[in-house]
Amino acid sequence: MDITRPTDLAGVLDALDHDPSATLLAGGTDLMVEVTYGWRRPESVVALRRVAELATWEGAFIGAGVTWARIEHGPVRGLAQAARTVGSPQIRNAGTIGGNLGTASPAGDGLPFLAAVDASVVLASKGGRRTLRWDQFITGPKQNALQPGELIVGVQLPEHLPHRQEFAKVGARNAMVISIASACLVRDPGGATRIALGSVGPIPIRARRAEEMISAERHPSAAAIEEFGRLVAGEVSPITDHRSTESYRRHAAGVLARRLLERCL
Amino acid sequence: MTTIAPVETTRRVAGGIGTSPRRPDGIPKVKGEFAFSGDLVEEAMLWGATVRSPHPHARISSIDIAPALAIAGVHAVLTADDVPGRKTCGQVVADQPVLAGDRTRFWGEPVAIVAAADLATARRAAAAVEVTYEVLEPLDDPEEAERRGEVFRSMHVINGDPDRRGAVAVEGYYETGTIDQAMLGTESGLAVPDGEGGVDLIIATQWVHEDHEQVYRSLGLAPGQVRIHLAGIGGAFGAREDLTLQIHLCMLALHTGRPVKMVFDRAESFAAHVHRHPARMWYRHEADPDGTLVRVEAKVIFDGGAYHTTSHAVIANGTYFAVGPYHCESVDIVGVATRTNNPPAGAMRGFGAVQVCFAYEAQMDRLAEALGMDPIELRLHNALAAGDRLPTTGQVIAGSFPVAEVIRSLAALPLPDDDPGDDPRHLPGGTGLASSRDRVRRGIGFAVGFKNLSFAESFDDYAEARVTLTPEGLRVETAAAEVGQGLVTVLQQIARTAVGIEHVEVEFVDTSRIGSAGSTSASRQTQMTGGAVLEAASRVREQVLLRRGGDDLSTDGVLRDGVVVATLAEVLADGPVSEQVRFRHPPTSVPSETGRGDLHAGFAVAAHRAVVDVDPELGLVRVVRMDTAQDVGKALNPASVIGQVEGGTLQGIGMAVMEELVIEGGVVRNASFTDYLLPTILDAPDLEAVLIEEPDHYGPFGAKGVGEPPTISSTAAVVAAVRAATGRPLTRAPIRPQDVAGV
Repeated sequence: MDITRPTDLAGVLDALDHDPSATLLAGGTDLMVEVTYGWRRPESVVALRRVAELATWEGAFIGAGVTWARIEHGPVRGLAQAARTVGSPQIRNAGTIGGNLGTASPAGDGLPFLAAVDASVVLASKGGRRTLRWDQFITGPKQNALQPGELIVGVQLPEHLPHRQEFAKVGARNAMVISIASACLVRDPGGATRIALGSVGPIPIRARRAEEMISAERHPSAAAIEEFGRLVAGEVSPITDHRSTESYRRHAAGVLARRLLERCL
Repeated sequence: MTTIAPVETTRRVAGGIGTSPRRPDGIPKVKGEFAFSGDLVEEAMLWGATVRSPHPHARISSIDIAPALAIAGVHAVLTADDVPGRKTCGQVVADQPVLAGDRTRFWGEPVAIVAAADLATARRAAAAVEVTYEVLEPLDDPEEAERRGEVFRSMHVINGDPDRRGAVAVEGYYETGTIDQAMLGTESGLAVPDGEGGVDLIIATQWVHEDHEQVYRSLGLAPGQVRIHLAGIGGAFGAREDLTLQIHLCMLALHTGRPVKMVFDRAESFAAHVHRHPARMWYRHEADPDGTLVRVEAKVIFDGGAYHTTSHAVIANGTYFAVGPYHCESVDIVGVATRTNNPPAGAMRGFGAVQVCFAYEAQMDRLAEALGMDPIELRLHNALAAGDRLPTTGQVIAGSFPVAEVIRSLAALPLPDDDPGDDPRHLPGGTGLASSRDRVRRGIGFAVGFKNLSFAESFDDYAEARVTLTPEGLRVETAAAEVGQGLVTVLQQIARTAVGIEHVEVEFVDTSRIGSAGSTSASRQTQMTGGAVLEAASRVREQVLLRRGGDDLSTDGVLRDGVVVATLAEVLADGPVSEQVRFRHPPTSVPSETGRGDLHAGFAVAAHRAVVDVDPELGLVRVVRMDTAQDVGKALNPASVIGQVEGGTLQGIGMAVMEELVIEGGVVRNASFTDYLLPTILDAPDLEAVLIEEPDHYGPFGAKGVGEPPTISSTAAVVAAVRAATGRPLTRAPIRPQDVAGV
């Protein structure tokens, strides 16, 4: 196995240019599981931990190498709440937001927030940079638009984040658990509301009909909140697997939607 | 039965019984310095790997090992044809192929084994072995298995007047899922050929002598050619009672002439060892209007999976203990252990008593409700006591059995504050922030459980130990497995107290140097090996005192009237004093046709009171508090006892709210710690334990085994509390969020 350990972004891009199929290693919290179980045997690895530029967090730009431990204690409420649910303290010390995007799991804990605020993903290669909106970047379960030779540099959040942000996640254990369903809801004082849900579809799901309905309600009544939850439950497309059932996930999506909305009012 | 010589130690020895001295293995384990079986290394060692069946039921048409052998660094690829001796193994019935020959009967069954220069090559070679399977329909439904006569053991226990009826009757059907022991150390070991055709196996196991019996037979060697040594063991809980890699390692070592090591990864560990039997249980309880339980009818089916392992004994417990620790004039209990293509089920902490406790305690709550009676009063009204007869076997309970005392002590403990507060870590769903204080409903559940201690049904159960006094101090030699429970410490304490000398070394010796200590299971080692050590140590003391006419012994030497008359060096000038003892508990009998007899050596009872907070809409649960009372005979090491109580209780909480192997068509879907969920510290409640000390009739200083009782009623109590909070029937454990939410 060839391992390259660049110390700056230019070095990473050179390494990827030289070997576009190289596996990128940041926190390793996903990759090492695959290696340990023998599901993946990388021929060459580019290790990113020494690249300080990737760990920068300036305003609305969060570097791909920023760890969940930093995000958990950072200023972005909805993302911090999500960060607290990622694995154990040890995993949060190692795992990064770039890794969440690189893996693009339907259960990625950071993804509903990024979807709810319509974040963009900044990519770089030797040929230059490009920016994709989250739903252009995440193309399917564990699939993304990253090209060979390309690297996730970071996440660009909107300059003005919504006033209220709330995240919640349901799992069968009270910590360190893969989500059965998760949701992030953001709302402006004017009522504009967006909600994205995780683990209830192949990629994070935005419940757009529900958003439209509740955004029109400046002071939603109990009936409107109920209706909002019902619409969200109707817009997700969960499956039954060993972690939960389709019907429970749909139910939980609706309940989380209502509760998060109430917390944002 | 062995009687224990009375102990006449006049002085208190530091670190004796009743205290909690520091474990010699404690600090090394915490610092990562303790050598576990996975840490073994030997010069020129090869690594082994196993080819496992991906199908729960298949015919093997062909196995082509050539592609694996062609890989550089591969030293051996062996199949069923290469098993030198007996082709099958098993603790009681040798029905499990060492390597599958023409058929595989469960998902993950070993088909071939490989030795290579390193682990990665071994795994690659295992993947390169080409096995052609003709896939067959798996039999995965235990009720269908029973209809087809696929049973390991079928029992029918009948007692009392079958026409006795009660005015109040309740019926219920209950299920428990397949639970895994999930010990932290996966299966691992090292086999070293001795150059003369024999082999030394260093292994993490629960019973080296039982392993020895099976290993030498399958290797086709004489017993003396195989020596089994204990390695450092990272937990067991029953998972190491049946063989997994033992014979495979020895085959590879003998074939290659090189030491061979294997370490399973977590996924393979789940596939390789037995699990707790999943259960289906039908119950009918009848009582007189005053609450007197008069008749229990039950049928319990435990699915034993593909091979026998210990199913005969697990279903025996499920059947004999099906009523709980209660009087009942008339019983009719059917117990069936079925054979299917599910993963083999065998030993796990609580061993058949856990499943039925979940059912009979739910029934007791239903009965209390039907009678309009307080559920704790109902239990007290029917509680068995020492000297009573068990309603199933009719055995008079010898020794202590303080059921009422356990119930009363637990019920008397204060309840926690009602308000969960706002800290999300203390709310259902925890750090996921799904719940909030105003959505929580509280429930309280109570359950009582019991089981036998040591082996039963006429098994010749003994433990051998040797105690030697040298001028340096005492040495205890045993083949009993320290699996992490603290056996080393308690044996030191027993020897110290018996002899009056503080310095005690415990040495684990291999199968060629001492007789069997029996298994580290059935809550038996403190009583059994502890009993052997107490008797041997007492004899050593007696002999040393006799040599100089002394009346007391200490590190200073032999004393008479408080004055040293000879130092240890002087009194032992002619050599050390050594005594070897084979300890037996009271004999047990063979059951009659209807399950009658003195089948068990002794019993222990425990109870739990669970306080839970539930978010009914999302079905999320947090166990807030879990108090317990346990009948321990005598707490030889209170800190160790509390460790067992906390661990066993938490294991029961896992089975109540999250732990389950999800098996579909015989295939395990969650063989990882990502998806087989164990409680974390945020899922662990506060716990207070009351230890009831009424000396038992055998075992050192009246001590009882304490390992299994805390697991038995824990699950039942938690689920009862969730029923109380939600009003839902919740007849299956573990409960899942969708069960609690009702969606």
